[in-house]
Amino acid sequence: MPVERVLPTTDAADLIELTREIARRELAPRVEQAEASATPPREVFGTLGRAGLLSLPYPEEYGGGGQPYEVYLQVVEELAAAWMSVAVGVSVHSLTVFPVDKFGSDSQRKVLLPDMLGGEFLGAYCLSEREAGSDIASMRTRATVADDGSATISGTKSWISHAGKADYYTSFLRTDDTGGKGISCFVVPADAPGLSFGSPERKMGLDGDPVAEVHYEKVPVSADRMIGERGQGMSIALAALDAGRLGIAAAATGLAQSAVELAASYAKERVQFGRAIADNQGLAFLLADMDAQTAAARATYLHAARLKDAGRPFSKEAAIAKLIATDAAMKVTTDAVQVLGGAGYTKDFPAERFMREAKVTQIFEGTNQIQRLVISRHLLRQVGNGKGSNA
Amino acid sequence: MNIVVCVKYVPDAQADRTFSQDNTTDRTNVDGLLSELDEYAVEEALKLAEAGEGEVTVVTVGPDGAAEAIKKALQMGADKGVHVLDDAIHGSDAPATSLVLAEAVKKAAGGSPELVLMGLASTDGTMSVVPAMLAERLGLPQITQLSSLEIADGKVTGRRDSDAASDTLEAPLPAVVSVTDQINEPRYPSFKGIMAAKKKPVETWSLADLGVDAGQVGLESAWTKVESFTARPPREQGEIVTDEGDGGTKLAEFLAKAKLI
Repeated sequence: MPVERVLPTTDAADLIELTREIARRELAPRVEQAEASATPPREVFGTLGRAGLLSLPYPEEYGGGGQPYEVYLQVVEELAAAWMSVAVGVSVHSLTVFPVDKFGSDSQRKVLLPDMLGGEFLGAYCLSEREAGSDIASMRTRATVADDGSATISGTKSWISHAGKADYYTSFLRTDDTGGKGISCFVVPADAPGLSFGSPERKMGLDGDPVAEVHYEKVPVSADRMIGERGQGMSIALAALDAGRLGIAAAATGLAQSAVELAASYAKERVQFGRAIADNQGLAFLLADMDAQTAAARATYLHAARLKDAGRPFSKEAAIAKLIATDAAMKVTTDAVQVLGGAGYTKDFPAERFMREAKVTQIFEGTNQIQRLVISRHLLRQVGNGKGSNA
Repeated sequence: MNIVVCVKYVPDAQADRTFSQDNTTDRTNVDGLLSELDEYAVEEALKLAEAGEGEVTVVTVGPDGAAEAIKKALQMGADKGVHVLDDAIHGSDAPATSLVLAEAVKKAAGGSPELVLMGLASTDGTMSVVPAMLAERLGLPQITQLSSLEIADGKVTGRRDSDAASDTLEAPLPAVVSVTDQINEPRYPSFKGIMAAKKKPVETWSLADLGVDAGQVGLESAWTKVESFTARPPREQGEIVTDEGDGGTKLAEFLAKAKLI
């Protein structure tokens, strides 16, 4: 049941067709086995990269697809509907490119972007630490900057997707002891000496997306690898996360979509008391709520994307999209398990995997509590102090 | 090397395929696509063209929707397309299709092509005879069902695998070659390819453009005709053998009954 989409161009419509074909022929046949055995699908990223799906929202002059977020995110949603780990990987990769594209100098963009967007490279985004999750300003992994601008990095980053598999590590590091103002952004190549990786975290789900610690032991980086100004890292990270949250919202929507379709088709076939369980209004209404929540999730991320594409502020809307879409994914996948009943609780059906995959979306790229913090701060700044004034 | 690839637009094999009122393949109520077996021929042509110089032209004979098959091949990287579109072609059998294709290939190649590539068979008709018929019509040597292919010194060489043996076959160019699904791994279009395909030339030719008389093709002139058809019966539930210590015997009896042992 393909999702009906309104796309801005025929190129975009063809792009969605291509995405569906790759999802059907390359992702769907592999997902069960790879998730069950926790095998990262590196070769799938190669296929996506050659097809141009890893660089969609970036400029064509550096090898990107030049697509608006409105289109890129719908591709992410389609990928997620087939394989959540892959969609999350695509979103993370996009996130790693963002600082260079948005804050890099012209020469940094010219040097770094072609590889990042070439389809063969995969990036990792190193922001979180054990003791610095939501509170990123408390990070301790340090880049000691020498007089010539080169730096030496020591410390450990945690929960890093593609750790040990990536070709470069977009890293946020402490350069000065001035809290959030003392963080800077660096792109560290995978072959830098002193870089090593922990063993993969034993997670609840998303087993195709290996997550591990990244250890920096006196890792040298040259001056031209610092992205933006010294001390600008925090604002770069937050800007990247605004965009990254939309990727997660889109992926969560695709996951919810798959759960709805699975539950609805099962409910039409499963017969109890002499009729399909879908013929019971109590269950049909549950399916209706699942469908409605998925559609709402899609609408919120598309609204935020269109604001972003129009060059307007979208931080609040990105946080709303992330909150709505990931909560929807959690609710819808949980209900899908319920619709499938005992079968839903077994690993013979993907419903339980969907449910495990949904959980982390409420946690990463800003917990949903942080999203509420972002939304409420924007809201309270937007409304005046006056009596009912909305200016 | 200038290569012509003949492709077919077929109903999606994963959809519920059926027949129209005149007992020809129903193409209107089923999504169509480039026959997946033809993707291998397109891929092989692209590899040959990329390895040297030359152009890949994709030719199809089919209804309006067949333009989609050309589009897909152009998105993969082919240079130009030819769509032979004529209401009189509806219902044509393999000999008539090969007649139209032969004229289209000659016209597309401006005389004789250097190499004509085709898939193993279409995924709807699965007859595998059109490559041989086309070679006959063009007066060219044919090598069919190759699972490897090499071009050197004005010759095409390749391997044909069968159950019992592998043959190495060779023919002077120009030649008509059909390839199997073992020969390569077809690429997906890239997004850049999708955008580039829009600017590539596609010509649409009628039978008159090819100098083919409408009386030679179509359902009425077909050598074979589908009189009637019966839908494949739904799969029946298999027999369940309960093992009460004699499961092996029962299984052997079942297989013997089916004349499998």
